[in-house]
Amino acid sequence: MRKQLRFSGSGGQGVITAAIIFAEAAVAEGKEAVQSQSYGPEARGGASKAEVIIDDAPIYHPHVEVPDLVLAMTQKAADKYYKDLNPDGLLVLDEELVPEVPDFPHVVRVPITKLAIEEVGRPLFANIVALGALVHLTGLVSFDTIKASVAHRVPPHTVEQNMKALQVGWDAVEGK
Amino acid sequence: MSKARLMQGNEACAEGAIAAGVNFFAGYPITPSTEIAETMAKLLPKTGGKFVQMEDEIASMGAILGASLAGAKAMDATSGPGFSLKQELIGYAACAEIPCVLVDVQRVGPSTGQPTAPSQADVMQARWGTHGDHPIIALAPWSVRETYDVTVMAVNYAERFRTPVILLMDEVVGHLREKVVLPDHVDVYPRRQPKKTRAEGYEPFTPDEDLVPNVADFGKGYHIHVTGLIHDDTGFPVGSPAITEQSIRRLHEKIDRAGEEIIHTECSFMDDAEYAVVAFGGTARTAYEAVRAARARGEKVGLVRLITIWPFADKAIAALAQKVKGILVAEMNYGQVVGEVRRAAAGACPVELCGKYNMQAFEPQEIETAIDQFIAGLK
Repeated sequence: MRKQLRFSGSGGQGVITAAIIFAEAAVAEGKEAVQSQSYGPEARGGASKAEVIIDDAPIYHPHVEVPDLVLAMTQKAADKYYKDLNPDGLLVLDEELVPEVPDFPHVVRVPITKLAIEEVGRPLFANIVALGALVHLTGLVSFDTIKASVAHRVPPHTVEQNMKALQVGWDAVEGK
Repeated sequence: MSKARLMQGNEACAEGAIAAGVNFFAGYPITPSTEIAETMAKLLPKTGGKFVQMEDEIASMGAILGASLAGAKAMDATSGPGFSLKQELIGYAACAEIPCVLVDVQRVGPSTGQPTAPSQADVMQARWGTHGDHPIIALAPWSVRETYDVTVMAVNYAERFRTPVILLMDEVVGHLREKVVLPDHVDVYPRRQPKKTRAEGYEPFTPDEDLVPNVADFGKGYHIHVTGLIHDDTGFPVGSPAITEQSIRRLHEKIDRAGEEIIHTECSFMDDAEYAVVAFGGTARTAYEAVRAARARGEKVGLVRLITIWPFADKAIAALAQKVKGILVAEMNYGQVVGEVRRAAAGACPVELCGKYNMQAFEPQEIETAIDQFIAGLK
């Protein structure tokens, strides 16, 4: 059962980190996983895209061909990446940063960055809020596994806030 | 076996180097190789090694040569632009027979090119970037796990042959993260040691039976002279035509003699194949999917993957060209390995290029389409 995920936004939003943590959680659950990324030469502000493929069988071609899920954290990313989505797939948008919703049948809008600021205290937790939402929406890894993977990856003094960010993201898509 | 973990190709390179005994790394950061230096900076102090970030690429290469002569197993990592700068010292290492590993995580060139985009266009720079007659060993892994193994191999070959070894990675594999389980143990080739004392008439560049000299490390009580001039067994320069010819021949023969033992290839779907795709590095992963898809449609096509790029797999390709009706070479460049495949095939079957050089890695469909067109053209 192959699942292909694309995390997109602009440099500095943490989409690559979120993708790495997602892939780490899949590996922790014994699945095959690859993670790749592409970005411009800029450290901040350029387009940023990260991909994760999860499968039970070995993965050869390491890049996403037809994504089952696209997370878009900017309007530009949403406009660019929804087009090749699997028609049954899911488009997850940052509600504030993607005001113009692309014409796609399965869209989930989450105020990701707003929640990071208002509930967790800083916009830099937006990627972890997104991760909580994606784990809930896809069911590809368990909430406990993603919590362990986040805790393993982030600086120790930020673990508590990151756990909160995960929970905020998870709760935000309850029933969606 | 250790636990499964998600690891990046560049990290696996650093981990493999340390497992193989690398205890000195000098480098100057450059995308897409920087994570190798970052990982080395984290790991080497914990394993008693030294990490030095130098002022530039040339100095980094100089530093690893100095460290190697002083007994360290030494590595440096860069990308195309840095690889260009280091060429003079790669030649120095070849001539003075200094073991070292240089990693080139290839990106789009020429010049600054496309700094973050994948490419495989340094194949010929690895072979001929430095001037003069010299052999080179270059290895290209296709996965994170294999990067670990091939890095160990690169360090071992550098020590065994006292030669620079190029680890020819690409951005696709260097930046890829995937699940790996690392081995608990790897075989390590130790630094060669003098077999005679000074009193017994030791000369540092006297070749051993395998044609490789047992040059003593600095600081071990021997007098050593190292030069990029052609030298005799004492290590001092000589202007002799006979010794010049002998030296250049021996540099080649010490590696030629190992022959097939260091030329690694891997075949998939080749048992009854009538057509073959030849690929290496990250491109081979995509070629594998394309070949598998073509197979599923009944096309008798297989994949031959080059792991050793230099010395080139002449015998394997010559035998392949006798067996199949055509060879398609997929590579992320304007055509480099394809020329070598044509040379080795020597007209026994048609050889065509499936090249890509637009910043983007291949997609399976592109190679599959190229396979179909190639086969259709031959029928």
